[in-house]
Amino acid sequence: MTIGTTTGRTTGTAAAVEAGGLGKVFEGSGSERVVALQNIDLTVTPGEFVSLIGPSGCGKSTLLRLIGGLLAPTSGSLLVNGKTPHQARLDRDYGMVFQQATLLEWRSVRRNVELPLELIDTPRPERVTRAAAMLDLVELTEFADHQPWQLSGGMQQRVAIARALALDPSLLLMDEPFGALDEMTRERMQQEVLQIWTRTGKTVVFVTHSIPEAVFLSSRVVVMSPRPGRIEQIIEVGLGPQRDDDTREDQRFFEVITEVREALRRPDRPTGGERLREASS
Amino acid sequence: MTRLRRYLPAGIAFVAILALWEGLVRVFDVQSFVLARPSEIMASFVETSEVIWSAGLNTLIEAVGGLVIGVVLGVAVALAATRWVGVRTGLLPIATAASAMPIVAVAPIMNQWFTITSPLSKMMVVSVIVFFPVMINTVRGLTEVDPSQIELMESLAAEPRQILTGVRIPAAMPYFFSALKVASALALIGAIVAEYFGGPQDVLGQYIINRANLFQFPDAWAAILVASIIGIAFYLLVSLIERLVMPWHVSMRAGAER
Repeated sequence: MTIGTTTGRTTGTAAAVEAGGLGKVFEGSGSERVVALQNIDLTVTPGEFVSLIGPSGCGKSTLLRLIGGLLAPTSGSLLVNGKTPHQARLDRDYGMVFQQATLLEWRSVRRNVELPLELIDTPRPERVTRAAAMLDLVELTEFADHQPWQLSGGMQQRVAIARALALDPSLLLMDEPFGALDEMTRERMQQEVLQIWTRTGKTVVFVTHSIPEAVFLSSRVVVMSPRPGRIEQIIEVGLGPQRDDDTREDQRFFEVITEVREALRRPDRPTGGERLREASS
Repeated sequence: MTRLRRYLPAGIAFVAILALWEGLVRVFDVQSFVLARPSEIMASFVETSEVIWSAGLNTLIEAVGGLVIGVVLGVAVALAATRWVGVRTGLLPIATAASAMPIVAVAPIMNQWFTITSPLSKMMVVSVIVFFPVMINTVRGLTEVDPSQIELMESLAAEPRQILTGVRIPAAMPYFFSALKVASALALIGAIVAEYFGGPQDVLGQYIINRANLFQFPDAWAAILVASIIGIAFYLLVSLIERLVMPWHVSMRAGAER
């Protein structure tokens, strides 16, 4: 790895995520090279809810996987809680939720939530208590002994969220978690994620390609553009922490949506130079 | 009730075929060395039951012994192929090619290697037949795992051992059991065919050959009936184990069989 050498523990008030000049190149067979990410500067403070939005191929999922230590960057520096992402992963600093709920179909709902605890050999009584608390948080207590296939898509995704929170990580990484859900379920899930976020104070990095979703959920929206993947603009949402269905009809909500949409529409420009434009409103 | 209704058509068809068989053979007065009547076969089945079930038991021992050896080796190689890429890339193509070989052709050689009078020689034929489908299917099950499940485990910093026991092995179970069902049928076929090449007399293969040589076809058919009963029982047993081991699988869900 060519990134920062800091492997120590969190020192003082480290940023949740600190990326500087971060880049990722996928070397294909032969001379094929795909620049997935280029020159990413991003700081996420603890307790923040940050969305990554952009068209497919803009590298938003790649960025999330770099933060999660599932991929190694090829240039620049990246620290998670002041550590390398690899170390953060070994320390179980984050929980991850994918587009598919990815529940293990041979385990009951309860035992899916217990999975992360089993991996670190948590004693059974503690595991049971913890899983029950997490299922309570996502309001699925009465489905604990169901099999995953008996649950709707939205409920499966709630199980996945409970599982991601089981080890009480400081960081929640979500990769288009509601992408496969219908609109109604989706809005209800957004509300639930916001409640969980306010209740637990986790830092959330959330990948989506839905503009209203990004705006409704986030403190800041990171707009990305493709070929090569880079940050186009970072937009402060400024809707306050309390958000509900009324927020969706708020004037400010529409303004920010428009702002994100315009940032996304901006034609491809050569990289380098001024990448972070001021919001023009 | 629904169960009865499900199996009723097959039961009626079975009885009808037997009746037709019996009727046609009687009407056209076919000799029993050409085609025996079901009633003759049943009579022989009852009369010779002691001999044919004893032969059946010996054949079953060979089939089960060979099945166990083949399955253990198949699973072991599959685990090695999953663990070490070298084994997978170096050995699997050869194994796939070798599985196309008509394996009963090696039965005479096995009879020489492992002593024609020993049940071990028949077990070895069976184990070679069983080995390939079990090994190839298990490798597929262990390696063709949903990549997102692997990514999930990696995001949880699971060790390779935990990914193997937590994801790969459970995910391979359906593949393993479908191979085991095929293998259990192959095991019986392999054992009987290996017996045709010689060995102790008190086994189904030799009994069938001997009775057929003496034109005692109802006796031969009765022994074939024993082999079929054993084969079906074998299959049902494997299905039962499958049901107990993976009650979570799609095929086990209520109504999934219809």
